[in-house]
Amino acid sequence: MTEQIVPLVDERPRGLFGDAWHALRRRVLFWVAVSIIFLVVLMALFPGLFASGDPNLAQLSRSRGAPSAEAWFGYDNQGYDIYTRVVHGARASIVVGLLSTVGVVLVGATIGMFAGFYGGWLDAVVSRIADVFVGVPFVLGAIVILTTLNAGGDAGTVRIVAQVVLSLSVLSWPVAMRIMRSTAIAAKQQDYVKAARALGASSSRIITKHMLPNCVAPVLVYSTIALGAFIGAEATLSYLGIGLRQPVVSWGVMINSAKDYLRVAPHALLFPAGFLTATVLAFVMLGDAVREALDPKLR
Amino acid sequence: MLEVEDLHVEFRTRDGVARVLNGVSYRVAAGETLAVLGESGSGKSVTAQAVMGILDTPPAFVTWGSVRFHGEELLTASPERRRAVRASGVAMIFQDALSALNPVFTVGFQIEEQLRLRRGMSRKDARTRAIELLDLVRIPSARQRVREYPHQFSGGMRQRAMIAMALALNPEVLIADEPTTALDVTVQAQIMDLLREIQRERSMGLVLITHDLGVVAEVADRIAVMYAGRIVEEADAVSLFRSPGHPYTAALMRSLPRLDSSKHSALETIKGLPPSLLRIPPGCPFHPRCPRAEAVCAVDVPAFVPLGPGRGSACHFAEEVVRG
Amino acid sequence: MGRYVLRRLLQMVPVFLGTTFLIYVMVWAVPGDPFEGKCGDRDCPESYVSAMRERFNLDDPLLVQYAKYLGNLVRGDFGLTSSGLQVADRIAATFPVTLKLALVALAVEAVIGITAGVVSGLRNRGFLDSLVLVSTLFLISIPVFVTGYVVQLVFGLQLGWISPTVTSPTIGNLIVPGFVLASLSMAYVARLSRASISENRRADYVRTALAKGLPPRRVVGVHLLRNSLIPVITFLGTDLGAFLGGAIVTEGIFNVPGVGGLVFRSILTKDGAMVTGVVTVLVLVYLLMTLLVDLLYAVLDPRIRYD
Repeated sequence: MTEQIVPLVDERPRGLFGDAWHALRRRVLFWVAVSIIFLVVLMALFPGLFASGDPNLAQLSRSRGAPSAEAWFGYDNQGYDIYTRVVHGARASIVVGLLSTVGVVLVGATIGMFAGFYGGWLDAVVSRIADVFVGVPFVLGAIVILTTLNAGGDAGTVRIVAQVVLSLSVLSWPVAMRIMRSTAIAAKQQDYVKAARALGASSSRIITKHMLPNCVAPVLVYSTIALGAFIGAEATLSYLGIGLRQPVVSWGVMINSAKDYLRVAPHALLFPAGFLTATVLAFVMLGDAVREALDPKLR
Repeated sequence: MLEVEDLHVEFRTRDGVARVLNGVSYRVAAGETLAVLGESGSGKSVTAQAVMGILDTPPAFVTWGSVRFHGEELLTASPERRRAVRASGVAMIFQDALSALNPVFTVGFQIEEQLRLRRGMSRKDARTRAIELLDLVRIPSARQRVREYPHQFSGGMRQRAMIAMALALNPEVLIADEPTTALDVTVQAQIMDLLREIQRERSMGLVLITHDLGVVAEVADRIAVMYAGRIVEEADAVSLFRSPGHPYTAALMRSLPRLDSSKHSALETIKGLPPSLLRIPPGCPFHPRCPRAEAVCAVDVPAFVPLGPGRGSACHFAEEVVRG
Repeated sequence: MGRYVLRRLLQMVPVFLGTTFLIYVMVWAVPGDPFEGKCGDRDCPESYVSAMRERFNLDDPLLVQYAKYLGNLVRGDFGLTSSGLQVADRIAATFPVTLKLALVALAVEAVIGITAGVVSGLRNRGFLDSLVLVSTLFLISIPVFVTGYVVQLVFGLQLGWISPTVTSPTIGNLIVPGFVLASLSMAYVARLSRASISENRRADYVRTALAKGLPPRRVVGVHLLRNSLIPVITFLGTDLGAFLGGAIVTEGIFNVPGVGGLVFRSILTKDGAMVTGVVTVLVLVYLLMTLLVDLLYAVLDPRIRYD
């Protein structure tokens, strides 16, 4: 039997998110992550603020130039200004990450909520389908999807980005689905749901007003971390040559073109890699901080 | 045999220091059953854990007091000495046997490991002894049961298994922390009978921690009532029930529903809530809820006043309360 | 227990069928010319096209095609690459290398991850704990190929401590690529161990073990560890399956002649038959690993066993 220490009851009760915000505010890691993300998003929205050059301007004469006063990050093998490209690359990377996350969460979480709430055969079917998608190792699945899609010849920017977003979403939705489903199942057992039912609330009302607010937390944590993971995944796919490619500029594309000249021009790989790592790190840190803040057990 | 004297324990947390025990004293002799009665938050479990030396430090700190077993001071003893006393001198059983027993080891393993490690028994001998112990606590088919896992036992049998485990090293004192709270009433009675029988056979001292007055009435020789980290009354069972000497005890008695009360009378409750241990009210900790409170109660902490042989109460008006 | 295994095996069948069908559809049945892009940038030679059409029954309705494909699979016939080699042979030659790499990675992640996680879980909030938390955060964030290149660059090319590529796939040579492959998972294992230990430290059964007067070493080393490591070990099991499918990047960077490298080159040369064949095998292996892990879970946790 543990002793119950009743905390000071001076302040009004704040609710889960209020408490979480209060806990988050105090953590250094949270602010570091938020600043990095803010910076990168700014870069994605307004690249002109950071770099005035043209990311697609190649000056072969300057090929593999080392970092200097005019080109802070130097030049890559084809003479592109690395700094400019890194700045412009932020947009593609973030867009892919964001769209994929939104897609996965919308589709996965919706399906998961229904599967968890209604149970029965709907749940069984959905779970089996999810198993099928989970059975495909991520990189391999992406390879198959993208090689098939790419076989249609050259594509424009929009289609290139859409393909990558599609493959990321298709392969990852089961994870979001399972998270939401298990939260929904746990919430369904709670007394407040039974009470709502007993009072005659309709299913849609129970789901939207009662279950959704309580199931948001784990999905929120997942989304934040997933955003970071998707940005990394896009880079991996671009590295493999099947993700984004010219004329789209992203960090993964830059690393891909720099990898063959690693020995002679390491800076061409290291700078985009650095930005990539920092961005993914920021999202993962944020997700971590949010999870700890939302976890009632740790407080 | 086992003496606790003026024990003070603090919990140091981010929100402040909670004074969980504020001068707890009691003693148990061989063959005697002491019931420690109190609400949750009164400090009864913490006292037991402090005696056993298994408090989580930090955040718990023993700041004053003495725990003596056969006269030997335990609080200042070496960790090895304290460990030696555990289970072989003073043993403890807990409320929820399902979580208190390790789910991945068989019941037999959990009983035998003490015998093998601390008594140097061979595997075979330990197994035999484990089966004997399970028989002792009246678990049927002990020979099969010894190889099973805790989740395969029913609630009552699990509690018996835990008792068997606690008795393995023949302790002289057994502390039972709410052993029956999680069980049905009929099973409760069986477990209490078992405990009493074992105690009689071995002349064991039994410290029964509980909040259930009914259980206490059946089993206890003496009762110590705890509130906000201190003993507010101590007496033998008969006297306590006949004429409680502290307003808290009296209120507890009154709150019990009685067979002979009229159908239409309301259930009596004690108004208010137990105090936060971070901010215990000055003076008597019970005074905000006490029907008899007077000015002095908010100022002076009442001393423990003897009310007769083996009786005492921490109330400024103890003698009047006893008289009714 | 037997019933449990049977039930899981039965559950696996529709999943396997579903996954392989999905892959088949994606490679062969997408509207348009199924051979577009299958032989690199050239057009496929006539002989290849007619041989494959017959083999894969591409003139038959889709489900029949798939059924015949499955039939071939069972007989070990995965089709031919664009250069006429047996896909099955190539897989058999390269799979053992990847298996070795995966096992090395598993060993690395288990040893480092569990040690770091357990130690930091036991001493909550020390310097070591923060160190583990921060470094795992880093490892989780850095994509595997970045780690790979940095390691190759720094330790291989600049410092010269290791050879930048793997010449012969001995266990010794595979340690560095194994470490890179394991880097992400190592961080997860450390965090998982740490969380599990932290959570179980306050468990009731630990308190009981202490109350029995057992030495602290035994309470931690036997009682606590045995319970805490259950989720970790099951995670390691699924990870092995994931490694087999995910070594593509690592093998590409370090030039390891394994299945991953095979698929990697197949992508570059756009050899569809090879890709499908390999993916099918890897999916099957992954599913088997999942089943094994479930069984392992039942072995480790008696509460699951008697369900």
